[in-house]
Amino acid sequence: MSFALETAANPENLRRVAIDPVSRVEGHGKVTILLDDNNKVHQVRLHIVEFRGFEKFIQGRPYWEVPVMVQRLCGICPVSHHLAASKALDAIIGAKHLTPTAEKMRRLMHYGQILQSHALHFFHLCSPDLLFGFDSDIAKRNIVGVAEKHPEIAKQGILLRKFGQEVIRLTAGKRIHGTGAVPGGVNKSLSIAERDELLKDIYQMVTWARGAVHLVKEMHHQNPELYNSFGAFRANFMSLVGFDGGLDLYHGQLRARDESGNILFEGVDYRNYTQIIEEEVKNWSYMKFPYLKSMGKEKGWYRVGPLSRIQNCDFISTPLAEIERRDFIEYSGVMPMHAPLGYHWARMIEMLHATEMIKDLLHYNDIMGSDLMVTGERGFEGVGVIEAPRGTLIHHYRVDENDLVTMCNLIVSTTHNNQAMNEAVRRVAQQYLHGHEVTEGLLNHIEVAVRAFDPCLSCATHALGKMPLQVEVLDAAGQQLSSLSRSSEGTVSTPLSAP
Amino acid sequence: MSQNNKTPHNKNQATFILDGKTIPFTEGQTIIQAAMASGEYIPHLCFNPEFKPHGSCKICTVTANGRQAASCTQQTQADMVVESNTKPINDERRALLQMLFVEGNHFCPSCEKSGDCQLQATAYELNMMSPHFDHFSPDRPLDSSHAEYLLDYNRCILCSLCARASSDVDGKNVFSLAGRGIKTHLIVNAKSGKLADTDFTGDDKAAHVCPVGVIIKKRVGFAVPIGKRSFDEHPISATPHPKVRDV
Ligand code: SF4
Repeated sequence: MSFALETAANPENLRRVAIDPVSRVEGHGKVTILLDDNNKVHQVRLHIVEFRGFEKFIQGRPYWEVPVMVQRLCGICPVSHHLAASKALDAIIGAKHLTPTAEKMRRLMHYGQILQSHALHFFHLCSPDLLFGFDSDIAKRNIVGVAEKHPEIAKQGILLRKFGQEVIRLTAGKRIHGTGAVPGGVNKSLSIAERDELLKDIYQMVTWARGAVHLVKEMHHQNPELYNSFGAFRANFMSLVGFDGGLDLYHGQLRARDESGNILFEGVDYRNYTQIIEEEVKNWSYMKFPYLKSMGKEKGWYRVGPLSRIQNCDFISTPLAEIERRDFIEYSGVMPMHAPLGYHWARMIEMLHATEMIKDLLHYNDIMGSDLMVTGERGFEGVGVIEAPRGTLIHHYRVDENDLVTMCNLIVSTTHNNQAMNEAVRRVAQQYLHGHEVTEGLLNHIEVAVRAFDPCLSCATHALGKMPLQVEVLDAAGQQLSSLSRSSEGTVSTPLSAP
Repeated sequence: MSQNNKTPHNKNQATFILDGKTIPFTEGQTIIQAAMASGEYIPHLCFNPEFKPHGSCKICTVTANGRQAASCTQQTQADMVVESNTKPINDERRALLQMLFVEGNHFCPSCEKSGDCQLQATAYELNMMSPHFDHFSPDRPLDSSHAEYLLDYNRCILCSLCARASSDVDGKNVFSLAGRGIKTHLIVNAKSGKLADTDFTGDDKAAHVCPVGVIIKKRVGFAVPIGKRSFDEHPISATPHPKVRDV
């Protein structure tokens, strides 16, 4: 099926503008826009133009390698893949309940990851747009410009991220691509010295993270027209919530709400995700389009990530983040906030929550315990779901009796947001580009909308052999000379039918 | 390179010169044996002091009185002048290591042997920065048939230590090298070619000699954290043969 502005009726006569690559996002993606002679927008697509082969090359490998191997999906959130895979493989070795030390160490690692990723995204990638304006001088619209004009903000951003990386290093063994989580638990706990090293700075981190929430909140209050409407569209939203309904980024059950905030389902055991989520393949993107089965392709697409999580949970267990969540909900009014720029505010509330969680976890002696791993009755299938910085992350494996992986299915956060991101860029194209001469500043508006989701295009391109491909050979005048296409079933045909 | 564990020598003992240092030796010792007895490291892979030398990996190549020789098979002679730690020799060693890396499939970041692996540690020791050559990317399926051990042929460097251990110590002959030249490969001596169909057990010496990540004890994986593995703590020049852990 096709949405408004997804596919132009007569693409042949239209002018094509491409933003390639979209900058200040993780991975490689592009936006293409088809305009007519009057600069009217006819088609807008966010494409993913790289692809990898994780689901394929994990097959045939021993299961205990997987939590380490899947980290190579992404250099930004390897910990999320590490933990989601470990959770899935807990089921393979029959670890029903982790030891208190393992549970807390994994959580600590995860909140370190949330902190470093959210800080990187907000301060390094997005604050230039928000502090200077979307069409401000491009030469200054970067973290160096922020460091010159707002040195204190830049410094806090850098140190918050660094602290998150330190938490990861001490829990996973390395800043990136560590090995801390293993099926059934963890392979290390903290020493007293390591705990003290983190405790020394955590209070400062909580204070700075709180300051970051206030900074974004102020932006919303100062310019509500922009912040409430930029690229705004209504959507369903989904996330894990804790078993008590509170925000829980490490474990819980699936809950989804419709665009008005009414609960569509809740209490869903994530092991049954295939009963609620279906994925559609489109021939113009390497990234699939998931939707809620019960609502169908047209109405069932949804949003994940901070904006969903903050509005999906009933409360936040840590006091400072809870105050901020209430402020956020109050600001939004009766309807949930759907504006993409609201992501930044929600993301900073989560970052504050992560610092508070780290602080709390550091006060448990369990994190220095020595009871690290459990095993139980051997299983053959496991699903692990975690709320990664960018949203719900699903890892699903089957393992044979000889310990080799026979099936791997990954649905990463950015893939859940595929339709939502496409909607956002279409709204912005309509709001800002339609009928105007295209400038760099206007095109950056499109990128601002994409960036709000913090997409990780590297993560989202993990499948091999399933993605439809199109190859076109054009002459200098743009006339098609030949073409080849491969369908999602793998059949290759020529000539290519128009997309 | 290291000078640990130096054994004192008496003045009447025969000596040779290794990279300018006087090294004592006893009759019948190979260069590498004498060097190791004096705490001198000569890079090597297929040599293991517990087994008969094989002389196949050529990493331990030195020049002895100006002629190239495998130091694991070349016997030491009085006043021999041996060069090992020189740029041209280390350049050749690096090239040999690079060939070993590209001939197999070595994904160190997700290999559970990482940090305990002699190939990786030797590459670090010799400052090998990249594989340099094109990867062969061979298709080598795993043998996961055995209940307790897994064979990942992707990482085999054909050192034959498992074959030597199995025949010389275990008296079993579970492993062999088959084929010739570039087609040489490790096989399991069973009709099916599967480890499960042999009398191999975890108590065998062969289960504990693989210098790389081919013979793997199942379900252990990354139980030992990064930073706590043998070569995280000491470079291979200081501890050339740490106990092969049941990774
Ligand atoms: S066997 Fe050694 S060199 Fe090969 S992948 Fe494993 S750690 Fe790397």
